Amino acid sequence: MPQLICNDITLGYEGVPVTEHLSFSVDPGDYLYIMGENGSGKSTLIRTLLHLKSPMSGVIKTGDGLKPDEIGYLPQQTAVQRDFPASVQEIVLSGCLNRRGLRPFYSKQEKETAQHNMERLGIRHLAKACYRELSGGQQQRVLLARALGAAQKMLLLDEPVTGLDPKAQTEFYDLIEQLNRQDGITILMVSHDMEAAVRYASHVLHIGKTLLFFGTKEAYLQSKIGQAFTGKEDKNHGNH
Amino acid sequence: MGIIEQLTGYLSFSFVQYAWITGILIALCSSLLGVTLVLKRFSVIGDGLSHVAFGALAIAAVLHLQNNMLLVLPVTVVCAVLLLCTRQNRKIRGDAAIAMLSVSALAIGYLMQNIFSASANISGDVCSTLFGSASILTLSKMDVWVCVILSAAVILIFFFCYHQIFAITFDENFAAATGIRAGMVNMLIAVITAVIIVLAMNLVGALLTSALIVFPALSAMRLFRSFRGVICSAAVISVVCAAMGMLLSILASTPVGATIVVTDLASFLLCWIVGKLMRKA
Repeated sequence: MPQLICNDITLGYEGVPVTEHLSFSVDPGDYLYIMGENGSGKSTLIRTLLHLKSPMSGVIKTGDGLKPDEIGYLPQQTAVQRDFPASVQEIVLSGCLNRRGLRPFYSKQEKETAQHNMERLGIRHLAKACYRELSGGQQQRVLLARALGAAQKMLLLDEPVTGLDPKAQTEFYDLIEQLNRQDGITILMVSHDMEAAVRYASHVLHIGKTLLFFGTKEAYLQSKIGQAFTGKEDKNHGNH
Repeated sequence: MGIIEQLTGYLSFSFVQYAWITGILIALCSSLLGVTLVLKRFSVIGDGLSHVAFGALAIAAVLHLQNNMLLVLPVTVVCAVLLLCTRQNRKIRGDAAIAMLSVSALAIGYLMQNIFSASANISGDVCSTLFGSASILTLSKMDVWVCVILSAAVILIFFFCYHQIFAITFDENFAAATGIRAGMVNMLIAVITAVIIVLAMNLVGALLTSALIVFPALSAMRLFRSFRGVICSAAVISVVCAAMGMLLSILASTPVGATIVVTDLASFLLCWIVGKLMRKA
């Protein structure tokens, strides 16, 4: 049974559609790459999947025991966060907030979950460190640990490797792959990185004014648009 | 010894005790929320809201209201909610909206006092509302109770919503996506901000309230690197500065508000230097 089903959704702002007639579904354990050029509605799609805004038409359903607010989100960094005084532990713990209800303090179990997630991502030794003084790759791991506190089944990552150096990029991709393969966490990755898509994805969703492609990676690489996109990428490389 | 005798003499007056209690409570409340407002880039909103409160106060005075809080508080709360909660709606940009609102409120307030006031000393009245020169020393028992109850409410709400406030301040989208009611917490922050500003106006006057909100947060951020550390130290710094400012103003008979703000400024400079030295070490 799919974890997430989008049925003929149209996205837009203030009555003006950006992307129309999107239909796709995500099964548990999938690794879906969401691609599209700038302005194609990727960020609108993210906001819609996170229930921060509603689609203009169409239905989004979650299934297989996934609740609507159980999509762990790794946002692009905002300017506020770059000089925010907060320890790693405080940020990771804040991911557990939605389970806490009205208690003013975190329970022992929530603290343990946070510890476990920091351990898992190799940042436990940084628990007391100040977030703004970490490297880009470490900051992404902190936000990932926070997302894992909020959701255990599905992660939505918004261009997570932007601004990371190549080594940190590779490490980050490996980490995501590990979460996907070993822990069975469904990954929705919004990215421009074609190479990584070819390497890691199980499925591809390519959006423009409308749905351009949805299917397995293998089918995408065989398709016209897939070949055009990968071909275009090659040409761009050639021009440099 | 002269100074201490002088101080104990002053402290035996009930109006000085009232000033002392309210001053410290207001300093505490404003610093707690100040950290969030500074981090959310809302510092200017405090300034704008205090001007709104000034305008409302002028209108209350003209209407000869028995208790001006009944008008000032609701008006300021409504403006705070409008300013803090409609930032997504960008028809008028946030900073422009604040500038517009605050100058209009100032102008209307001054105009009202000028046209309708029966007092012989209009500029003196206006000056004391703007810079709070004496109002802290003329508080009635009722004013003190209002201040104690409102401060207690602010501190309680802050205590119970501390983690929500942290989450919303750090990353509003993430918090909203994982089921925190971001809109409600923002609304709460707006209401508390308005309450604090109205209270702070008694202490330092309308023009200087944002100093109480901004300075302790900024000072604390020079020294501490965790959110909890910043909040706690901001509260301590703010209370110490307010206490010292009030003492100094009693001893040197200077205006209370301005003295407190200058003390805050001095503490900021001190924290800045200490922070620089700590980073070097």
